Amino acid sequence: MSIWEYANPKKFMSTTAPVLPWVFGLAGLCLAVGLVWGFFFTPDDYRQGSTVKIIYLHVPSALMAINAWLMMLVASLIWLVRRHHVSALAARAAAPVGIAMTLIALATGAIWGQPMWGTWWAWDPRLTSFLILFLFYLGYVALWAAIEDPDTAADLTSVLCIVGSVFALLSRYAVNFWNQGLHQGASLSLDKEENVSDVFYQPLLLSMAGFILLFIALVILRTRTEIRVRRIKALLTRARRA
Amino acid sequence: MIALLTRDLRLAVRAGGGFGLGLAFFLIVVVLVPFGVGPQTELLSRIAPGILWVAALLAALLSLDRILALDYEDGSLALLATSPLPLEATGLVKAVAHWLTTGLPLTMAAPVLGFLLHLKPEGYLPLLGSLALGTPALSMIGTFGAALTVGVRRGGLLLSLLVLPLYVPTLIFGAEVVRRGAEGLATTTPLIMLAGITLGCFALLPFASAAALRVNLK
Amino acid sequence: MMLRVNNLACERGGVPVLEGVTFDIAAGDALILRGANGIGKTTLLRTLAGLQPALSGTIDFPPEEAAYASHADGVKSTLSVTENLRFWADIYARPLPDDIFDRFDLTDLRDRAAATLSAGQKRRLGLARLGVIGRKVLFLDEPTVSLDRFSVKLFADFLRDVHLSQGGVAVIATHIDLGIDAPELDLGPYRATPEARGGSDEAFL
Repeated sequence: MSIWEYANPKKFMSTTAPVLPWVFGLAGLCLAVGLVWGFFFTPDDYRQGSTVKIIYLHVPSALMAINAWLMMLVASLIWLVRRHHVSALAARAAAPVGIAMTLIALATGAIWGQPMWGTWWAWDPRLTSFLILFLFYLGYVALWAAIEDPDTAADLTSVLCIVGSVFALLSRYAVNFWNQGLHQGASLSLDKEENVSDVFYQPLLLSMAGFILLFIALVILRTRTEIRVRRIKALLTRARRA
Repeated sequence: MIALLTRDLRLAVRAGGGFGLGLAFFLIVVVLVPFGVGPQTELLSRIAPGILWVAALLAALLSLDRILALDYEDGSLALLATSPLPLEATGLVKAVAHWLTTGLPLTMAAPVLGFLLHLKPEGYLPLLGSLALGTPALSMIGTFGAALTVGVRRGGLLLSLLVLPLYVPTLIFGAEVVRRGAEGLATTTPLIMLAGITLGCFALLPFASAAALRVNLK
Repeated sequence: MMLRVNNLACERGGVPVLEGVTFDIAAGDALILRGANGIGKTTLLRTLAGLQPALSGTIDFPPEEAAYASHADGVKSTLSVTENLRFWADIYARPLPDDIFDRFDLTDLRDRAAATLSAGQKRRLGLARLGVIGRKVLFLDEPTVSLDRFSVKLFADFLRDVHLSQGGVAVIATHIDLGIDAPELDLGPYRATPEARGGSDEAFL
């Protein structure tokens, strides 16, 4: 019994079919509890007032915007090394979700930034990095869309994802060098004394879990669609030949 | 490798188009900027480093799809792939040829255009240095992008979309060198970063380009 | 034995097209591939030349001896005939033989830019490359497209008198009679059955 068994499209389909509704359900539950708790049952921040509450959308979506790309990178490497189709299709499936997360992070950031910094947009390193990440996502999706042969497209997008990751990291440092920022440091980290206080922390953790589960559910759903598309294509090609 | 380089240079010179077009484009962009932002000397002088770098970058971008597309269409690329020359070397030579026909002339022309934009006198040396160090990276990254999109019909726009985000670090450090130079600050750090990016690109991207070419020739 | 192909299967667009292709060619021999359009002649030649991976089976020939030629001959129109050939000679690190121009009837065209050549003349230039690079194992995909009868004879003479007589081998996909003494291989029987395994789409069935 190896984990790679699930990389077989049929096995993946049969395994995920019963799991998927549960993941969606759990994601919905975490999000509902986390967001309602966060929005209505936490005190206002002494400096930021009620605007702080957008943190329950902003931080989790920013987290997933980056992790979606990381997941695509890992999936691309698995595809290049082990040639598991599900892996390539999962990377393809994750990209639009990653784009959505990046947009949510940028939009909520702008809405939060307006009352706090007095501007919707600033060329701050963190903001700029997310904008660049967004451009990388666009290129990745466009390359998938432009190439007809699915295996060729998988190979090329994987190479792009790996090279892109290196350059995205480089851009992050370049942008830091280029401008000092307004954005506060990470609000959550394990080794820091001064995290956000517990009142905000618990609902935030819940909504983060909700976003992670939602991401997983969406990626599984979209991967299943991609697998079905490939299956239809394969069957059609063979029907035409027979 | 020398044979391929000479051939590519000869083709570039004979075809006429690519060589001069990039330079003309560079000139036009730089001339258009004052029409857009107004003729104030002080403003132009302040934004000159950035404008020169962005214009040079766009001019280099213009000829990227010619790096590999022509050889792909007439079958040369498949013949080269089965020749003793490894595809990694082909990618590297293509990038060098592109730089010699695009990046180098742009670097040479940049000081003249800096004059049009009232670049401060201290900025000229950093401008030459940063373009000479940075434009090779633009050619190498561009060759990688061209290798990815060589099989796509009318891939020019897609190529730009893929390559421009990859250009961000080079642009940031390159323009920073000129800006700091023009203000009389030390330029060592961004220059070293720029050189590092260029060396890294030339060390790694030929392999990525060859991998992409192999997939596209399948 | 110069070229040995054993139980080869190849795919196109994720679907197996040929399976069980097996043949041997001794030094000095050629093999003509026959078969209807779409049977997979080009796919087989590209697989043999190493441009695409085989699904299964083995291909054995001396390393660094193969060359591939398709109907796109990589002729650069702004270079002259001599420059085109010299480029390939340099890439393969070989001298440019003088008699190559006579063999392919290019002597009068030596300094003409390839752009001014007719389709047939261009084809001859593309084929002359094979005489320049000196490879022993040739994989030729429709080499005689757009050649007139005289040029076909020139090419057949080159294959017989220069290439094969010096111990080279050639696998040629063509629809016409080249006039060289070579066995033919009909690819029809090797057409992959619908049950053939190994295509990249297989996991989805």
